[in-house]
Amino acid sequence: MLNVEGLRKTYTGDGRAVEAIRDLTFTVPDGDLTCLVGPSGCGKTTLLKCIAGLLTPSGGTVTLDGTPVTGPPPGMAVVFQEYGRSLFPWMRVAANVELPLRQKRLPRERRRELVHESLAAVGLADAHAAYPWQLSGGMQQRVAIARAIAYEPRVLLMDEPFAAVDAQTRADLEDLIRGLWQRLGVTVLFVTHDIDEAVYLGRRVLILSSSPTVILEDLPIDLPAERDQLHTRATPRFTELRTHVYQQIQAAKNTVHADR
Amino acid sequence: MRVLKWTALPVVLIAIWWFATAGSEEFYVPPLQTIIESAPDVWTLDRLRADVLPSLLRLLAGFTLALIIGIALGVLIGGRPRVRATVEPVLEFLRAIPPPVLVPVIMLFAGIGDGMKVLVIVSGCVWPILLNAVEGVRAVDGVLTETARSYGLTGPARLWRLTLPAAGPQIVAGARQALSVAIILMVISEMFAASSGIGFTIVEFQRSFAIPEMWTGIIVLGLLGVLLSGLFRLAETAILGWYHGLRRAQKG
Ligand SMILES: Nc1ncnc2c1ncn2[C@@H]1O[C@H](COP(=O)(O)OP(=O)(O)O)[C@@H](O)[C@H]1O
Ligand SMILES: [Mg+2]
Repeated sequence: MLNVEGLRKTYTGDGRAVEAIRDLTFTVPDGDLTCLVGPSGCGKTTLLKCIAGLLTPSGGTVTLDGTPVTGPPPGMAVVFQEYGRSLFPWMRVAANVELPLRQKRLPRERRRELVHESLAAVGLADAHAAYPWQLSGGMQQRVAIARAIAYEPRVLLMDEPFAAVDAQTRADLEDLIRGLWQRLGVTVLFVTHDIDEAVYLGRRVLILSSSPTVILEDLPIDLPAERDQLHTRATPRFTELRTHVYQQIQAAKNTVHADR
Repeated sequence: MRVLKWTALPVVLIAIWWFATAGSEEFYVPPLQTIIESAPDVWTLDRLRADVLPSLLRLLAGFTLALIIGIALGVLIGGRPRVRATVEPVLEFLRAIPPPVLVPVIMLFAGIGDGMKVLVIVSGCVWPILLNAVEGVRAVDGVLTETARSYGLTGPARLWRLTLPAAGPQIVAGARQALSVAIILMVISEMFAASSGIGFTIVEFQRSFAIPEMWTGIIVLGLLGVLLSGLFRLAETAILGWYHGLRRAQKG
């Protein structure tokens, strides 16, 4: 279980302080798929980096299964927003996926298995020998996802992973993530600024305000577990939910302006 | 076609040299034909072993040492912003000193043996490598660094799989500069005090007014430079194949 309690983050430096996160408290139960949705610049990346142990919070705590997070915890994988820059350009695709497994000191046979399985799972079974820069943006992002799932994490953090890919690829990748989540039973925390995406993917959506950030609402998504792009998005319930999220975010913008 | 592109200009230049000096009466500028005819007598196997080989070995030793020192220090300094800020102005100063000036100084405490010559080469070569390594290590992409951290890449694995490859293109650029400095210093160190080496041989010929022979020495030196830069290019292609591919891909 992932626990975020009273999390605050203020960036200081250059004699200027930016309050990115004011006060966030929430938990993500094991095996949940939680989407965090909020406007650009509201501190989603900041939050994710605090959870991943890459950034020290200014206050509050993050605990994973009862252990406070002070550095990158084992068993957690992150898929970054800037996927193109998160792959090692001097390594071929297979080596990129395998690298974290070497760090885990898995035996060679097991590593090979995991690399094969995960690349096949993202539909890149024939890209082993390619360099990342020989692939399209969508394929690069799939390599980053394959690397994350090959790691067999208990918690998977994803930071707007589909923000820069075309609509069709994006739809495919969304279904891929849901499929993997259902199959692997991994806890997923998925960050996005796209309201539709959050509602379509999540079992639950946490709505964030604009900066300085607080949680506006913890919204369970009561859509059926089996979702598909065409029908789920056309259901009245989907429309209701997305409209609700949209209104919440709009309202938040106005209140923030009001108390300034 | 490629071969033609690479050889066309040299052929033209040699032809110009050949015809411009043909029948030259000028003592210091003998006909190219005379120079070439005297070459086989001068650059015998014995001479190659006695003069070219020692030069090359000193060059190799100095260049390799400079690589090791430059990269090691570069990694140490480049990864630490505070150290870098303190040290960088000093490095720039040291780099700005023309290396040949150091020869007499180094002779004072390192004598006139092989050690001195290797040291001279190191003292000149190390700066471009070091400064480029510092810059390369500093500029490692932040997303890549965080990716490495989140997957627990630390210690030697981090060095070999993240830092060095990421700084590789910069380091190689520094090494290329260092190689030409190394060749210059190899010759200069041999002109000061030596009993063997290409530089020594050329000076000897010049002092004894064996002018065509002196010219052959200069040509050998030029050929050596071409050979070394060819080898360097091969090594670079092997090490930085990914980088050249990436650059081509980015240009589209
Ligand atoms: N390293 C940093 N230094 C100072 N301010 C930062 C830094 N990173 C992010 N910020 C600021 O914090 C706020 C939240 O940024 P971020 O977490 O990237 O938002 P999001 O991912 O939701 O778009 C923004 O106002 C941004 O300018
Ligand atoms: Mg972000």
